[in-house]
Amino acid sequence: MEPLVKILAKAVPLKQDNLDTDQILPARFLMMPRDEKYKTYLFRDLSHDENQAIISSFILNQEKFSDARILVAGRNFGCGSSREGAVFALVDSGFRCVIAPSFGDIFYNNSFNNGLLPIILEKQHVEELQNELFLDLNPELLVDLENQIVLHKSGFKTTFDIDPHRRERLLRGLDMIGYTQQYLKETEKFEEQYFLSYPWLSIR
Amino acid sequence: MLSTGTSKPSPKHPRTLFDKIWDRHEIIRNSAGQSLLFIDQHFCHELSFHAFNMLKRRNIKVRHPSRTAAIADHYTPTTGERPENFSSLDRFKLYKTLESNATDHGVEFFGLGDDRRGIIHVVGPEQGLSLPGSTIVCGDSHTATHGGVGALSFGIGASDVSHVLATQTLWQPRPKKMRIKVIGRRPPHVSAKDTILAIISKIGTSGATGHVIEYAGPVISNMSVEERLTVCNMSIEAGARAGMVAPDYTVFEWIAGRPYAPSGQKFSEAIENWQALVTDEDASFDLDVEIDGTNIAPMVSWGTSPEDTLPITGSIPDPQKEPDREKRRALAGKLEYMGLKPGSALMDTPIDCVFIGSCTNSRIQDLREAAAVARGRTAKVRTIVVPGSALIKSQAEKEGLDKIFRMAGFDWRPSAGCSMCVGVNGDLVAPEERCVSTSNRNFRGRQGPRARTHLVGPAMAAAAAVTGRLTDVRKLERL
Ligand code: SF4
Repeated sequence: MEPLVKILAKAVPLKQDNLDTDQILPARFLMMPRDEKYKTYLFRDLSHDENQAIISSFILNQEKFSDARILVAGRNFGCGSSREGAVFALVDSGFRCVIAPSFGDIFYNNSFNNGLLPIILEKQHVEELQNELFLDLNPELLVDLENQIVLHKSGFKTTFDIDPHRRERLLRGLDMIGYTQQYLKETEKFEEQYFLSYPWLSIR
Repeated sequence: MLSTGTSKPSPKHPRTLFDKIWDRHEIIRNSAGQSLLFIDQHFCHELSFHAFNMLKRRNIKVRHPSRTAAIADHYTPTTGERPENFSSLDRFKLYKTLESNATDHGVEFFGLGDDRRGIIHVVGPEQGLSLPGSTIVCGDSHTATHGGVGALSFGIGASDVSHVLATQTLWQPRPKKMRIKVIGRRPPHVSAKDTILAIISKIGTSGATGHVIEYAGPVISNMSVEERLTVCNMSIEAGARAGMVAPDYTVFEWIAGRPYAPSGQKFSEAIENWQALVTDEDASFDLDVEIDGTNIAPMVSWGTSPEDTLPITGSIPDPQKEPDREKRRALAGKLEYMGLKPGSALMDTPIDCVFIGSCTNSRIQDLREAAAVARGRTAKVRTIVVPGSALIKSQAEKEGLDKIFRMAGFDWRPSAGCSMCVGVNGDLVAPEERCVSTSNRNFRGRQGPRARTHLVGPAMAAAAAVTGRLTDVRKLERL
């Protein structure tokens, strides 16, 4: 995983609340392998019509926001199905950060496992930021994970909270399985005790 | 009693059901407050291929193969158990990939023709793989279902699936706790599904975000295990990480004798232990909500989010009456998608098809409730009924429910699976068709591109099928 310390990149405001993972990655793409095409599945049914023509009014299709790497989304972003493909599609499309007033829990979890930083900000801050980005000709945003700051040139500046452990993993680009395997001894010791205490769970 | 984990809670400290299960699975806690949890049971389905690929790339084997069950449910056909029943070669290949990943790692595989196969969230409890007090995970958001037997059970993404396969553990921040008490008495014809829909319409789809819900109160404890599974199933639609009900004798009796459940001496020991899995009197919750079950009516969703739900006697909201501009726009968008007129009554809205099935409502009790309405009546629209597992199918056929459905012109499917809940196996709702469905999600495109979904319970679904309209099951004429 690529370490994430600071991102200075274009940010795209996507105002809709409750954008669920079915819309981020429609179910028919779930069975697809993760290859070069994966990024084209992102928001597929919001960005393309039935004839697969580009819907130009969809904000991610607007020239100004092309190459955005930060998404500023609505409440409860990524709710719904647990599909990690929704995160794959965002990451493969270049996104490294999503800012929203709240997230679907599983989506939030999955993000960290793929080097995508989910940031929770107050609703009014998110809306303020979205409005600035709409007006901005060059909608750039600075997200500084090290100092936990979001900064826009309009003067918008806010700090954000993040679990320190997860922050560390993102900063260092650490893979989870390797990290846990350090605790193998503890795990084995735990299991021994556990199976003694709950023998009906030790069989099989 | 055992002591595990680095920080054992003092016995005097009152704990909730959730705390008790969490604490006994905590291997360590790191400085950031994340716990490494031992996972008792893991389930995987066809979409676990991402996770197995991650293992392959790192050349890792599954640590405890007997603690994972691989069950094909999402992409499997409902028309039969043979390869040619699959709606496409891709889907069959996906199925075979699950089989070969399972075989390669020594994981038990429940495949076509196996009478243990069905929807994971139906099969886990049914086989006795999902036990009270255990931790259960699966790469599927409706894993919360298993909380109905008193387990801590939640959905995870592909990276976490690979982590569980590799280590049998999972890092989790300790979630907050919420209690939803349903007091009073549930009126006749009000199902478990209506109960959870009423809860979601009250607290909203992010009402429980970051929390684990404990459902409590007389309405819940009077529910059968099937009904509790239905309630817990939709915890995710309320935004919760998991949902659970304290295990009691209703659960113990239900579990007794199931294939993977403990038996003999071990079972008695287990029951003794499970009885302690209740929330202590003085334990506190971050959120406490109370709902009067006496006032719940049969519910129907009208919009594109599970919180967009009303009693069948309600009317479609009018965007003009919404003061907030954004909300007004969103509401108008929903009604346009759903093809509904603002302010019109839900009752008697004409429909195009009905789906009875899914991990929410495909258990034997659901089928009985639907059959009771279908008996002696005739479907006015295309209606499919998909049992949740092969065993439920046999049970239903033994009880003659299949005959009732067929006589009523319902399409009784011989093979279990997710089917039209998500449509990835090819069982789709056509664009702009209005489908009354016992599943759990009414998102845009969920049952097919531009498909319109109304979520209901099984009896309400059958009532809609035999009238061709959204119908109040309480008002159906007695036959
Ligand atoms: S029945 Fe529907 S909700 Fe349940 S596991 Fe299958 S697809 Fe998911």
